[in-house]
Amino acid sequence: MALPAYAGTLETIWYYLFRFICALIFFFLIAPIVVIIPLSFNAVPFFTFTEKMLTLDPEGYSLRWYKDFFSNLNWQGAVKNSFIIAFFSTIIATFLGTLAALGLSRSEMPAKTWVMGILISPMIVPLIISAAGMFFFYTSIGLASTHVGVILAHAALSTPFVVITVTATLVGFDQSLIRASATLGANPTTTFFKVIVPLILPGVISGALFAFVTSFDEVVIVKFIGSYQQRTIPWAMFSGLRESISPTILAVATLLVLLSIGMLTTVELLRRRNEKLRGLSPG
Amino acid sequence: MSDAPLVTVDGTPLKVSLGRAKRKAKIRALLLVAPLFLFILLTFFIPIMSMLLRSVDNENVAYTLPNTADLLAEWDVDSGDLPDEAVFAALAADFKAATVSKEDDINATKVGTRFNYEKSGFRSMFRKTNKIFEKGGVEPPYKEAFIKINKRWGDADYWRVMQREMRGKTDSYYLAAVDSGYTDDGERAMNKPGKRIYLKLYGRTLGISLLITCICLLLAYPVAYLLSILKSRTSNLLMILVLLPFWTSLLVRTSAWIALLQKEGVINSVLVSIGVIDDANRLLMIHNATGTIIAMVHVLLPFMILPLYSVMKTIPPSYMRAARSLGATPFTAFTKVYMPNTVPGIGAGAILVFILAIGYYITPALVGGQSGTLISNEIARHLETSLNWGLAAALGALLLVAVFALYLVYDKIVGIDNMKLG
Repeated sequence: MALPAYAGTLETIWYYLFRFICALIFFFLIAPIVVIIPLSFNAVPFFTFTEKMLTLDPEGYSLRWYKDFFSNLNWQGAVKNSFIIAFFSTIIATFLGTLAALGLSRSEMPAKTWVMGILISPMIVPLIISAAGMFFFYTSIGLASTHVGVILAHAALSTPFVVITVTATLVGFDQSLIRASATLGANPTTTFFKVIVPLILPGVISGALFAFVTSFDEVVIVKFIGSYQQRTIPWAMFSGLRESISPTILAVATLLVLLSIGMLTTVELLRRRNEKLRGLSPG
Repeated sequence: MSDAPLVTVDGTPLKVSLGRAKRKAKIRALLLVAPLFLFILLTFFIPIMSMLLRSVDNENVAYTLPNTADLLAEWDVDSGDLPDEAVFAALAADFKAATVSKEDDINATKVGTRFNYEKSGFRSMFRKTNKIFEKGGVEPPYKEAFIKINKRWGDADYWRVMQREMRGKTDSYYLAAVDSGYTDDGERAMNKPGKRIYLKLYGRTLGISLLITCICLLLAYPVAYLLSILKSRTSNLLMILVLLPFWTSLLVRTSAWIALLQKEGVINSVLVSIGVIDDANRLLMIHNATGTIIAMVHVLLPFMILPLYSVMKTIPPSYMRAARSLGATPFTAFTKVYMPNTVPGIGAGAILVFILAIGYYITPALVGGQSGTLISNEIARHLETSLNWGLAAALGALLLVAVFALYLVYDKIVGIDNMKLG
């Protein structure tokens, strides 16, 4: 919004001051993420800029932390575990969450608020409490320190995100399309795959991405119910930050920032496609 | 026209047929939800409930010392005398049985640790006694023999604690969680002022969370406002600056703050090199409450901006213009017209941030140090280090009650169904 023509001096000053304040807040949001990128190319094991880095001396920069990351078995195991655990928990969460969202968005669903409340609770309960509960329970049934245990726990944590995103997609869903499809001779299965799925797919995919990130980023539960064999990237970062601070963590962090940029782009593109499909925004 | 009820083709009354169809639709909806419901129940709900039961559970004591538990229940605690020889004999039998038992749950030393939460001295008393029994045991008269092992066996105060904690359920974990306990006379009372740690910690958790919520609101409000009035092309671009931190790993952001805030970190180095502070007086911004607050505000800020933005987006700009044309100053127009319209967004964002803040664990654990840790960190400490699981469960239950109350408020304001992401 441009400055209105009738604005006085004070208002003009405020107009620019306000923008300046907002710029500072945006800087606060983004600077910490940007700053780790150059720091990860540090040639010396410090978490800060060296003089050589500031004078842009090539000797101040190196790829040694990236080399360390790609050659270190500790980190490579963590990467492998992270992807395995996130992949399987996302599949479980997306499947169960989408089904439940389809049920929840039907007007015939009884006790909707209560059921929704319980299904969303993994998102609200403080992680340490979930972790403690799961730790005792999974230990008693022999699932602690197994990949299966961590996958199930992460799936439980991620389902609320799938339920919420898919339910949101279904809010604008025209139920008469299902009847239309039925009158045209499609059986329920055909209707599901040819009519419902294409329409809710953007919601399902962004729900799945949320689920993936939830698992990929989760550390408290892994720390409690997993062991070294189940170490994930956040687990390794957490223990790294507590014990020996090495800039390898910053190299990992930089790679993770790139990953989240990719995810963010995908979700944004999906959101726009979804809005376009439902005619909420032009073009 | 006849009065006969309407029927469908096959002759069933329409009402019955409709009811059947409705029931079918209901069952179909339930069947879709059922798998996830069962899954959450099994992997999440039941584990948490069973953990919370630990906060009152005391079965293990009477399970390890069954004979003593039976006899001691009849002992009159206010008589001033020690329990009689029969109780000591039962205790000897229980110790003997515990030393030969193969069961994990039967362990006299563990019971000693359990009693030690109530009154210090129990741990060494049980450990020492257990050792004697492992070597063969004692000869009657048992009372004298026990007192010879450890003179605390002759102290009625210890027996009072044992009698109380032999029951299957206990309230002592909850008492400990609110800085109380039993006195030697068996009365419930607050701990001495110097020994009240948890109430202080709850207070600090609430205080820090409230402060974080307020700072988030202060920072989010202008940004959300700006995003809502800009042209959609510009605001979409700026939105990336909000969403990127939102999608970036929590550990990444926390390590970034460690790199920035620590003593040899970026901010301190910059301040030293431009001469604002000298090298000896580097600012301590991490491993204390300041570090926790800065890092958590950064982590939680998007959760405040997004709901505020979605509410502000729906307020027509004509409201402000109307107020101005009616003679309001920009300030009045803002406080009397614009702000009241954003209250739902403020409520939604504030409660969400507050709920997330009071249960936070990772960031305070890494940057909080001594003064910046929250109740979650204390729960984790009891789970991992002190192994006082009952107390951890009691502290967790109290935290959960607070979160649940806020959740209900959130549901009233926003509605769980209206929760949006991204």
